[in-house]
Amino acid sequence: MLKRRIIPCLDIKDGRTVKGVNFINLIDAGDSVELAKAYVKQGADELVFLDITATVENRKALTALVERIAAEINIPFTVGGGIDNVKDVSVLLKAGADKITVNSSAVRRPELISEIAGQFGNQCIVVAIDTKLVNNEWVVVVDGGRTMTEFKTIEWAVRVEELGAGEIMLTSMNTDGTKSGFSLDITGKVSRNVNIPVIASGGAGSMEHFKDVFFNTECSAALAASIFHFGEIDIWELKKYLKHEGIAIR
Amino acid sequence: MIAILKYNAGNIKSVQNALNRLGYKSIITDNASELSGADKVIFPGVGEAGSAMQYLRERGLDKIIINLKQPVLGICLGLQLMCRFSEEGDTKCLGIFDTDVRLFPPLDKIPHMGWNNFLTIKGELFKGITIDDDIYYVHSYYAEIASCTIATCDYILPFSAAMQKENFYATQFHPEKSAEKGEIILKNFLEL
Repeated sequence: MLKRRIIPCLDIKDGRTVKGVNFINLIDAGDSVELAKAYVKQGADELVFLDITATVENRKALTALVERIAAEINIPFTVGGGIDNVKDVSVLLKAGADKITVNSSAVRRPELISEIAGQFGNQCIVVAIDTKLVNNEWVVVVDGGRTMTEFKTIEWAVRVEELGAGEIMLTSMNTDGTKSGFSLDITGKVSRNVNIPVIASGGAGSMEHFKDVFFNTECSAALAASIFHFGEIDIWELKKYLKHEGIAIR
Repeated sequence: MIAILKYNAGNIKSVQNALNRLGYKSIITDNASELSGADKVIFPGVGEAGSAMQYLRERGLDKIIINLKQPVLGICLGLQLMCRFSEEGDTKCLGIFDTDVRLFPPLDKIPHMGWNNFLTIKGELFKGITIDDDIYYVHSYYAEIASCTIATCDYILPFSAAMQKENFYATQFHPEKSAEKGEIILKNFLEL
């Protein structure tokens, strides 16, 4: 049986891991490669590395860091942050990334998704969607949560699948950094409306939150950052707990 | 020396990284004599079947691959290209394995992405592995089960997780990305 995945996310700034509360106020959480290796040991199913300042400061993801990570870890990993063209993708995949993720750049120019999928295959493109509940409607936000768009979240999710996305990473800005649990409502709606895997993200604060998102939605994976970085939840313990609760886990 | 076939498909470096971690030296090459002279050849791949086959044909690599006599390991797209035909781009493939590659019917999420265990396994490639061990997959097309199938997996339907015919081995999953279980399978191949 295909297992649900647990994915630690490492937000990168200047080659180090940081995690912001609601994407602002960054706190240093450690060396990225060391953290990555520790997560592999704990049983992480995949890793995601986001150069979180890249979009805003127009910086590219750190290729040298990707090479170091690729040399040391034996599970798949995704890299993102400021990718807005096929050439960037090529550089990162060559450096050893298995998948890349695009966010704001795909909202601004949706054809980017087809261009990347056409050249490197659907499986390597993860479209990250940051979403916010505004006036009772889930809408897409970009630039690390700073800019509102006209896009309705479900419509955008369906469209990115049509354009060739292999996976969607859905972050709820309402819960991100709050440790109050994943947004079950939008995660459930998006995963029912697309036929590609959906990674739930934003809000994990306890092991029960992971159980809730796997029980109540069809998401394929759940992602978190700070609770793993600061050792509040051990991945090994989390997976043992989820298995015990009857969820298919490696 | 292990030769990793260089062509227009992704993740070649990942295979070399995995070999480095296991302590094996390798070269990434599309040179005919380097490929023919290697102890083992790995035919990796993430990408699209049609353009990959076209690339191989234009450079004569298709003929070189089918004539290799040492153990060869196809991975993911490598496995699919070693079959007769792929629905992806209606592509005539290398025809080493007597089976065809089809798109998963849309009865569950596609691609089949993540960790999955086996339905069946047999042979030396799986020494030290049990059917409950999880390994990493990412693919939208699958090879139908045939006489050369040596491992099966169930996702939407049972399909070939691994195949073998004479010196040709292939896995649909990514041993280079499957943590310690993947390393066991890779090592089994390298020690053949």
